[in-house]
Amino acid sequence: MRTDLGKARLLFWTFFKIGAFTFGGGYAMIPLIQREVAEHHHWLTEQDILDIVAIAESTPGPIAINSATFVGYQVCGAFGAFCATVGVVLPSFVVIYAISFVLRQFSELTVVQYAFNGIRAGVLALLLKALLSMYRQSPKGAVAYAVMAGAFVLTAFCGVDAVLVILASAAVGLISSYLMKRRAA
Amino acid sequence: MVYLELFGTFFKIGLFTIGGGYAMLPMIQADVLAKGWMTAEELVNFIAVSESTPGTFAVNISTYIGAELAGLPGAFCATLGVVLPSFLIILLVAHFYLAFRSSRVVSGVMTGLRPAVIGMIGAAVISVGQTVFLPDGLAAVTAYPLLCSLAIFALMAFLTFRKLHPIAIILLSALLGIAAGYLQPM
Repeated sequence: MRTDLGKARLLFWTFFKIGAFTFGGGYAMIPLIQREVAEHHHWLTEQDILDIVAIAESTPGPIAINSATFVGYQVCGAFGAFCATVGVVLPSFVVIYAISFVLRQFSELTVVQYAFNGIRAGVLALLLKALLSMYRQSPKGAVAYAVMAGAFVLTAFCGVDAVLVILASAAVGLISSYLMKRRAA
Repeated sequence: MVYLELFGTFFKIGLFTIGGGYAMLPMIQADVLAKGWMTAEELVNFIAVSESTPGTFAVNISTYIGAELAGLPGAFCATLGVVLPSFLIILLVAHFYLAFRSSRVVSGVMTGLRPAVIGMIGAAVISVGQTVFLPDGLAAVTAYPLLCSLAIFALMAFLTFRKLHPIAIILLSALLGIAAGYLQPM
């Protein structure tokens, strides 16, 4: 794959724009990536984007970063991946860095403290909604429910390290899928 | 050294978080609260800040904590840490795209990881619930703030399931919080 400077620059700006105009994270970015990358620049097809998102969901890290890196790589190699990733991260980096100077002082104002008292209750509602929609999309079945319950109890009540929970559930998934396949065979 | 600790902590968070959105929350809660980089309340406040600013939660919170702890270089190290695992892994995966897609190991691992992430986010929601409703523990609970939080939570849960936009939810709950604060009986 040839590294093409013009294409790399375009990748950077496209993902900079995507990063600057999506609020609320990864999933909100997917329609924008589709529009820019498939419809506008014709770098990849709609189906490519769907495949990339599926892979971005099953690899470590935020979906937005994974998708940007992947699209960049498909369009113009490792350098393209670098440009797209820096592009998508830069807007939030700049905005949050600027906010970091004022947030703590701002939070000391009484009116802001009152506002945050309300906001925290609202955030809990948002989290609950996110949890339920993930639950609806997740695979069902005895193993899935057992892993879900196990991970919940170990994290919430036993204080087990999240890394251990992740590794153990990966192992359970791997073993159970092999056993299923053997039984089916 | 603070830069190395920021980089290392967020590298680990980036490496072991699978799935988008709030999948990172349990890990961030564990590390960031344990190290005393933020209080439980500040963390929940920051979720709202992150929902109302561009970009993903993971990048936003790593930049913020890095900046708070060690200025611009700190923000850079933390953000680099959280992004680097994704970047390197995706480069590898993109290179072995076809093998990855049809891999039985990957799909097997995912059958365990998907439900585990849901269980872990469930645990994170419980802990956020404690921060919201019982900020000072069960013994120190007072009726007025608890009732206000319960009422705002119930209304926002209803509205968010009616598909009201997250930023509208945050604005509305901020206004209700302010009203509740000033109407507080002395």
